[in-house]
Amino acid sequence: MNITKHTIAVLVNDQPGVLQRVSGLFGRRGFNIESITVGQSEEVGLSRMVIVTTGGEKTLEQIEKQLYKIIDVIKVIDLSSKPMVTRELALIKVKSEPAERPEIMGVVETFRAAVVDIGPNSLMVQVVGDTHKIDAMLELLKPYGIRELSRTGATAMIRGNV
Amino acid sequence: MSTNIPNVQSTDELREKWMKPEVITGSEMLLRSLLLEGVDCVFGYPGGAVLYIYDAMHGFEDFKHLLTRHEQGAIHAADGYARASGKVGVCIATSGPGATNLVTGIATAYMDSTPLVVITGNVATTLIGTDAFQEADITGITMPITKHSYLVRDVEDLPRVIHEAFHIANTGRKGPVLIDIPKDVSAAKALFKPHTEPVAMRGYNPTVTPNRLQLDKLHQAIAEAERPLILAGGGVVYSGGHEELFKFVTSTGIPITTTLLGLGGFPSGNDLWIGMPGMHGTYTANNAIQQSDLLINIGARFDDRVTGKLDGFAPHAKIVHIDIDPAEIGKNVAVDIPIVGDVKTVLEMLNVNVPYATKADEWRAKVAGWKQEKPFRYDDSDEVLKPQWVVEMLNDTTNGEAIVTTDVGQHQMWSAQYYRFNQPRSWVTSGGLGTMGFGFPSAIGAQMANPERLVISINGDGGMQMCSQELAICAINNIPVKIVILNNQVLGMVRQWQELIYDNRYSHIDLAGSPDFVKLAEAYGVKGLRATNKEEAQAAWKEAMDTPGPVVVEFVVNKHENVYPMVTQGSTIDQMLMGDEE
Ligand SMILES: Cc1ncc(C[n+]2csc(CCOP(=O)(O)OP(=O)(O)O)c2C)c(N)n1
Repeated sequence: MNITKHTIAVLVNDQPGVLQRVSGLFGRRGFNIESITVGQSEEVGLSRMVIVTTGGEKTLEQIEKQLYKIIDVIKVIDLSSKPMVTRELALIKVKSEPAERPEIMGVVETFRAAVVDIGPNSLMVQVVGDTHKIDAMLELLKPYGIRELSRTGATAMIRGNV
Repeated sequence: MSTNIPNVQSTDELREKWMKPEVITGSEMLLRSLLLEGVDCVFGYPGGAVLYIYDAMHGFEDFKHLLTRHEQGAIHAADGYARASGKVGVCIATSGPGATNLVTGIATAYMDSTPLVVITGNVATTLIGTDAFQEADITGITMPITKHSYLVRDVEDLPRVIHEAFHIANTGRKGPVLIDIPKDVSAAKALFKPHTEPVAMRGYNPTVTPNRLQLDKLHQAIAEAERPLILAGGGVVYSGGHEELFKFVTSTGIPITTTLLGLGGFPSGNDLWIGMPGMHGTYTANNAIQQSDLLINIGARFDDRVTGKLDGFAPHAKIVHIDIDPAEIGKNVAVDIPIVGDVKTVLEMLNVNVPYATKADEWRAKVAGWKQEKPFRYDDSDEVLKPQWVVEMLNDTTNGEAIVTTDVGQHQMWSAQYYRFNQPRSWVTSGGLGTMGFGFPSAIGAQMANPERLVISINGDGGMQMCSQELAICAINNIPVKIVILNNQVLGMVRQWQELIYDNRYSHIDLAGSPDFVKLAEAYGVKGLRATNKEEAQAAWKEAMDTPGPVVVEFVVNKHENVYPMVTQGSTIDQMLMGDEE
């Protein structure tokens, strides 16, 4: 079986408990959740969840079908089957004595990230991009010492006007 | 049959009276909305959080409310009512412990796709989340075992929610829907606007009509098949498609096996019927599945009790799966021709120009031969009472006309094996969850739905003790269920596993200390009879049948009897222990 990463968008009724219904389904049926993000959609009363999961084709098919069984689920779209844009945001608090700052700034600029806070011996970096970009940036910052990390998980959309 | 099952008072006039738009409480809205859904019987148990609802029921006689002795009794009764009638079963419980006592019953209904509307009270909206007295997050607790659920926060939503709940419960793949009503919502007043319009929900549109192309593919597959077989399940019964199934089977001439929940969906007397498949299925059905080249699954879900070891299941067959729930298709078994739709509708469409399976003559003969050679068998005895013999006796005296409910265990399998069914909704048993304690209270519900029919409940001595308190409501309402106990003095099915799989290490299966069931019945005011040999058995059963009202008949049966054939876990279904090796 070919295990791959899938990004699924789920349009749901904005009802209390709907996140629990969706995440509970994943847990109960043994589907993996790598990340899940939820927020407003283009339509009042509907939220969009973006779920990154791993599994074979058969698992993906079951995930879609099982999601459709939830009454508050309106639409399920497998984004990764089409060209898509994925974005994730991360805040990274990295150790930095004043002397190290220019070096770190260099990394930040290369990644078109931003420094959003400066402490006596730390910097807070904000980076937006796809998962690979954030992973790569973290790799480079690791040597300085990462104090705190908070990633949002991916949100995504299909390109063009599909 | 003389019973006290009361007549429901509802008349058109009354309905009109109730349906006037008026400012009333949420509790009254609930009752009126239930009437609008055609409810005539509700099972329940009061408590603080539902007191406004019970107050509104004071003197209300438009539907019957049966006060069970445990919430588990109430929900299993509602389940039995639904299975035996095709209508939605309704039960009511209070918040916290009342609601959590329903959990087993909700899960039972969910696994077997029984339509239920389960109403629970909750603490007032202002107290929700504070760990208030008798608070439990019942919508959260039951999320994995309900088709949908509502926590009603605004009294004005009640009529719509109730209407939607009934719609969801009894359409598509049926199942239990929970409505949790906080106490202040049941007390609040608002203008009652009856909700009867068709339900339109964006996220809920079950596919009823199948894809035509897939049906054509199936027609072609039937014409080509040399060893075709039909595997029919509960979906046939739930969709009301039994007549269409009969036509399909007889037009194609394809042998048919029915799952535990499919029993009654096809008459057991028919030549093409080859019994139940799976763990305790027939030699014929299991071998036929394994050798078939076309397996047409109609409304069954390839449960592991049916398939045995999955890889190695029906290894030569092209697989067709007809199901209302798309998620069932391909879930356990890879499918060659998927058909999503309502079983009755699919069969109706399939029956137009359906071909006779012309290439299958040799196969038909082969299967018929197996059926002749290897029926279910047991060694009868004149010394001890054999449970299989008892079931056969019940069958003989009722000609398959009764509604039979069972509990879970060996007696359930013997009932499935030795009772003959000729109509749907005559067989009520917990298949998916295998819930002990289900058998007896579900019979009460089945009887409420069918006051004129004979209802027999077959139980083990173990499971009978899980809900025996409901004898009280049989006595009080003179509900004429015939309660059979096959007493083998042990947890029989567990003993069988310990004997065959755990090397005779009998661990905690002895039911010594069980009550004298005759006295137990009498303590509730129900007639109790006991039989220990064939003669007594026949006499006791005759007396039970001649007695109007409920009767408990205890048959003291052979303790050492096992259910055969048996497919042990990890084997393919044609590897059966036949029981005659010893
Ligand atoms: C609520 C519940 N608990 C435990 C079981 C496991 N179980 C399955 S069959 C069985 C034994 C049933 O014994 P009895 O009711 O005496 O019936 P018999 O098998 O002897 O006919 C048990 C304990 C179950 N199915 N349900």
